[in-house]
Amino acid sequence: MSKSDLHAVAELVETHEKDIVSEWLELQKKTGALQSGRIKEPELQAQSRNFLKALREALGKGGVNTTHAAYGPVRDMLSDLSSSRAVQGFSPAETATFVFSLKQPLFNALTRAKLDAATLAQISWAVTVLLDEFGLHTMERYQKSREEVILRQQREIAELSTPVVKLWDGILALPLIGTLDSQRTQVVMENLLQTIVDEEAEIAIIDITGVPTVDTLTAQYLLKAIAAARLMGADCIISGIRPQIAQTMVHLGVELNVVSKATLADALKLALHRINRTVVAIKATPAKPAAAGPGSTE
Amino acid sequence: MERIPILKLGDALLVTIQVDMHDRLAKALEEDLTNKIVAASARGVLIDISALEIVDSFIGRMLDNIAAVSRMLDADTVVVGMRPAVAITLVELGLSLSGVKTALNVERGMALIQSGLDRQETVDAAVDE
Repeated sequence: MSKSDLHAVAELVETHEKDIVSEWLELQKKTGALQSGRIKEPELQAQSRNFLKALREALGKGGVNTTHAAYGPVRDMLSDLSSSRAVQGFSPAETATFVFSLKQPLFNALTRAKLDAATLAQISWAVTVLLDEFGLHTMERYQKSREEVILRQQREIAELSTPVVKLWDGILALPLIGTLDSQRTQVVMENLLQTIVDEEAEIAIIDITGVPTVDTLTAQYLLKAIAAARLMGADCIISGIRPQIAQTMVHLGVELNVVSKATLADALKLALHRINRTVVAIKATPAKPAAAGPGSTE
Repeated sequence: MERIPILKLGDALLVTIQVDMHDRLAKALEEDLTNKIVAASARGVLIDISALEIVDSFIGRMLDNIAAVSRMLDADTVVVGMRPAVAITLVELGLSLSGVKTALNVERGMALIQSGLDRQETVDAAVDE
């Protein structure tokens, strides 16, 4: 396949640009590109036109070699397009259709050009290879953008879900919600230890009511956090172990050699006791407060 | 050779580590402290490591050793002011310093030693009776 063949394609595209674009748009519409309402027709039109223009220019210079620098703008355009579509919530098929639906209009234009059979076959093959490659590139970018979205969300969840709450002077609570993995435990542990320093806390209550499952690994993480807190001079109490989880842990042979309480309330009671505090009901107020005159002594 | 000062505070000894520990310094401290516990007949040892930013397994084991030696000489060891990063490192190294008592700061550590001594005295008093 020589450069000049694709050069011919570039010329062909140039002369039939209008037809190709309109045919292409028609096809995209037929496959439902506009149905979801995530993208407006003028925008799609502009994208299609720009892409075709970039492709035409690249075809003239770059030939079949898609790694050629001339294809840089085409790739960039596709990257932008698929990243924005990934964020907008397009499905993978919808995103890939953008490139693949260009095939038919291009072939139609080639057929109309009345080339001899051998050249037509050759050119068709070259164009197919090119567009397939761009299709793959689109998918790769799409996938990557999706992964970036997922990563960002993971980070946000990790940051949101690890608050350390001060319950009393010297008592902290760490309500854990969601599954614990090594990365989250790291964040939790650092948060907890830093807050222990900042608040000069003696006791930290780790509440695992919101942890759906505790396996050997999770228990290991918890024990590490507790050991680190102990090294800094703070005691930990675990609370909120659900009945099923308690059973599973015993079955797994997981042993938490720490003080554990059924509920956060019990744990707080114990913590207050440890720092020599107690919560008592305030004395019942007299039925008629007005009767107690100022200065009255008891 | 530089040495880490050991201060006597009532019945307890106070060691404040202000410099980065290297192995020789750690060894020297262990030895000095042992001698000082006997010389001052101290009942408690307070090691303040709030300025210590880097620990390795050797320093971790030294702390454990000091605790074991002091226990043998009838003195409580309390490590105070450990930084979060240091605590995490020690845990990751698998050193939980189970023989060492810990406290958040020197004040709390002192209170801890004092309460240990008080308890000891009541036991002694009970034995005397």
